[in-house]
Amino acid sequence: MNMKMKLFSYNQVDTPIHRLSGLTKLVCFLFLTFAVMFSYDIRVILAVMFFSLGVLRLSKIKYSQIRLMILYVLIFVITNAVISFFFSPEEGVKIYGTRHDIANLYGGHKLTLEQIFYQVTKFFKYFSVIPFGIIFLLTTNPSEFASSLNGIGVNYKAAFAVALTLRYFPDVQRDYHDISLAQQARGLDLSHKAKFTDRFKNALLIVIPLIFSALDRIELISNAMDLRGFAKSKTRTWYTFKALTGQDYAALAISALIFIATVLISIFVNHSRFYNPFI
Amino acid sequence: MNKQAIIEFQDFSFQYYSQAEPTLHDINLKIYPGEKILVVGPSGSGKSTLGHCLNGLIPFAYKGEISGSLKINGLETKTQDIFHLSKMVGTVLQDADGQFVGLTAGEDIAFALENDNVPHAEMRERVQKVAAMVDMQNWLASSPFELSGGQKQRTSLAGVMIDNVDILLFDEPLANLDPATGKTAIEIIDDIHKKSQKTIVIIEHRLEDVLHRDIDRVIVVNDGRIIADMNAHELVSSTILTENGIREPLYVTALKYAGVKVTSDMLPGHITTLKTEFSKEALNVWHNAIKADDRKNTNPSILKMENISFSYDGVRPILDDINFDLREGEMISIVGKNGAGKSTLSKLLCGFEKEDRGVIRYKGEDIKDKTIKERAEIIGVVMQNPNQMISKPMIYDEVALGLRLRNVSEDQIAARVEKVLKVCGLAPFKDWPISALSYGQKKRVTIASILVLDPKILILDEPTAGQDFRHYTEIMEFLVEINKLGVTVIMITHDMHLMLEYTPRAIVLAGGRKIADTAASVVLTDSQVIGKANLKETSLFNLAQMAGVGDGTHFVQGFIDYERRMKNR
Repeated sequence: MNMKMKLFSYNQVDTPIHRLSGLTKLVCFLFLTFAVMFSYDIRVILAVMFFSLGVLRLSKIKYSQIRLMILYVLIFVITNAVISFFFSPEEGVKIYGTRHDIANLYGGHKLTLEQIFYQVTKFFKYFSVIPFGIIFLLTTNPSEFASSLNGIGVNYKAAFAVALTLRYFPDVQRDYHDISLAQQARGLDLSHKAKFTDRFKNALLIVIPLIFSALDRIELISNAMDLRGFAKSKTRTWYTFKALTGQDYAALAISALIFIATVLISIFVNHSRFYNPFI
Repeated sequence: MNKQAIIEFQDFSFQYYSQAEPTLHDINLKIYPGEKILVVGPSGSGKSTLGHCLNGLIPFAYKGEISGSLKINGLETKTQDIFHLSKMVGTVLQDADGQFVGLTAGEDIAFALENDNVPHAEMRERVQKVAAMVDMQNWLASSPFELSGGQKQRTSLAGVMIDNVDILLFDEPLANLDPATGKTAIEIIDDIHKKSQKTIVIIEHRLEDVLHRDIDRVIVVNDGRIIADMNAHELVSSTILTENGIREPLYVTALKYAGVKVTSDMLPGHITTLKTEFSKEALNVWHNAIKADDRKNTNPSILKMENISFSYDGVRPILDDINFDLREGEMISIVGKNGAGKSTLSKLLCGFEKEDRGVIRYKGEDIKDKTIKERAEIIGVVMQNPNQMISKPMIYDEVALGLRLRNVSEDQIAARVEKVLKVCGLAPFKDWPISALSYGQKKRVTIASILVLDPKILILDEPTAGQDFRHYTEIMEFLVEINKLGVTVIMITHDMHLMLEYTPRAIVLAGGRKIADTAASVVLTDSQVIGKANLKETSLFNLAQMAGVGDGTHFVQGFIDYERRMKNR
C-alpha cells in the first residue's frame, strides 16, 4: 500500500495518547473545544494552543499526514476572516468599546486596532481547536470511536455507521484511484488543461462507476451484518472497549481543569468572555 | 436413515418479487446432522438462492413469494427471523474482504458476540479460543489490509463459528482465492467437519477443487430444480455434469479422451480414490498417439521488459529485476499469489505507475515518455470488475466513450463502434441499456470499450473470475477470437484451467521476481514453482503418475494439444 492510503486514517502507534480510551479522548476533546470556544481571551487561547501542539507532538503525528487537512483549514479560516471583516468591520470597536484607527479603507471604513485584535483572537481560537480534532481522529481506532460515541449515549447504529465509514474509506479511496486510472487510459483528461465544464463532466465518469461499485459493497456488507445479528437488540457490547485507567482519569482531570480555569478567568478576571487590553 | 433431518425442504418454491418466474421449483431435499454436502450448478441455476433460503437472507433481505416448507432443526423458517436462523446457520460469504466488518481480525470475529451483548471479558476469551481453531490467534490485531485472502476467509469462518452454529454454509468459498489457498480452505473446512461434526453445506461451481476432500453427497441444481443428489463417484461417471454446464474434473476428461468408460466402480469422485488399473493401457496408448503441437510463434517482439524494478516506498521492492519478451500475437498468463506483483506489472505497462529502473519497449522503442492516454492506444487494460469501468447508461455510448474523449468525428465513431460490437457479439444489443445485460455481457462491453481504441496488446485482470464453466468458455473463446485477429493478450489470473487450456506460455511471479517463464504444462507440474507461487498441481499430472505414463509434463502438454485440436475441429 502506498503512503497515500494512510492519509486521514487511523495509524496504530504506541504513544500515551493512543493508549487513552476513545471515550476519554472524546470527552477531553469536547472539554477543550468548549473551553476555547467559550473564551475570547487570547492569553488563554494561546496557552491552550501550545498545550495542543505539545499533545500533537506527543502523539507522534507526522506533518505529512496532516498537511492537506491543515491547508484546508487554513483556507477556511482565512476566507472566514476576510468575509467577517467585510460584513462587520466595526465588530472589534463594538466589543471593546474603544477606537484606535490605523488606516482608511474603501467606502469610509476604517481599519481599527480593535478589529485586528478581535480577528487575530478568533484566528487562534480556530487554530487551537484543530490539533485536538486531528489528534482525536488520527489516534482513535474507529471502532473504539464508535464505542465511545455509544458510551456517551449516541445510538449504537449511528455510532457504528461512523466506524464503518472509516473502515471502508481506504477501500473507496483505492477504488477511486483504480477507476480514475482506468478512465484516464480511455482518454479522460483530469488535468488543468481541460475546461472547467469538461472537468466536471469527466469527474462524473469516475463517480458513476464508483457509486456502482460502492452499492455492490453496501449490499454485501449489509448482508454480512444481518447474518451475524447486527441490530438484533437495543444495546451491544464492544470488543474494542477499553476500561478507563489512571492515565485516562488524569487526562480527563487535566482537560476538565483547563475548561474550569477558562470559565473562571472569564468570570473573575475579565468579567466577560472577552479580554480587553484597550481599557 | 432414521435420524431426524436437520434441513428439510418440502415442495419448496421461491419467486423473487422482481422476477416473472420462480427461481426455485419444488425443491425436496433432506440433509442430516453431520453431513457434508456440496451444491453445484451453473450461474443462475438457483444454487445461491437456495443458500439464501437457508441463512434467512430470503425472505429477510430479498423479498419474494415462498410456497412449500423449509424446516431447519424442525423449525419452519418462514416463522423465524434472520437472527434466530443465524444462531443455527453460520454463513461464510464468498467475498472475504467485503464482508470484513471489523477493523481488525479480532473485532471481526467478535462481531456476533457484540451484537449479543456478551460481556467484554468473556468475548475476548471466546475470540481467542475460536481464533486458535482456525490458526488466526497471532493475527487478531491485524487490519484487513495486512491479511492475505486466506486469512480473511479464516477470519470470516471464525466469525460464524463463534456462535456455535449447527450448520456451516459456505457460499462459493473458492472465489477470489489463489489455487493453493483454495486447496487449504477445502482442507480447513474438512478438518472442522471432522472435529466438530457440524453439518456443512458448500455452494460452489468448481467441483474438482471441492472434491479435493471427501464429500458425502453432491446436489446438482439447474434451472431452479434439483437435477441430481448422489455421491461424487456416481456423479462424475454420469453425463449430468456436462449436460448442466459444470466442468468435470480434468482427469475424468482425460480418461474419456483416452476412450475409457468411466464407471462408479473406478471410484472416480476424487483423484486420490481413483482406481487406474483398468485404464492404464488406454491412457498410455492415447498419450503416445498424440502428435505434439510444435508450432512456434516466430513473430517479432511486441513488448519487452528489461530489468524492471519498482517499489512504492523505496524500501520493499514490489517488482525486482523483471525481464521478459512478448511476441506479437501471443496469448500468455501471468500467475502468482496475491501481492506477488502481478497487478503492479500491468500498472507499469499502462503507465499508471512509473518503474524505478529498467526499460519497457514496444516494438523495440522505449515507451517511457508516453502518457497514460498514449499508451492506452497500444496497451488496453480491462479491469476485473466491469462495474468499475462502466460509466454510461447505454452500450453504444459506453463503447464510444474512449473515441469521443479523443475527439474522433461521430461518423468514424459510429463505424468503429459498430465493428467492435460485431466482433464482441454485442451488435444486437447496440441500443440497449447496460443495466439489462448479464455479468458476462457487461464484461464484453468493457472489453469492447477498450478494443475500440484498437490496442495491439490487451491486458485482462482475472477475465473469468466468478464465472461458471459456460460463461468461462464463452469469454475465453471470445478472447481466442480476438487473439486470432492479431491482438496480443496478457491475462492475470488465478485460474489454473485457464492457464492450462488457453495460454501456451505462463510467466510466474513470486515475491516480485520472475521465477518461471515457460509452457503452462511445465509450470503446473513443477513442484518447486507450484510451492513458491501458491499454485496447485494439476490432477492430470497425478493421473499420469498413477497410470505410469513416464513423463508427466509431457502427458499434460499432450492433453492440452489434444483438447485444442478437438476444439478447432
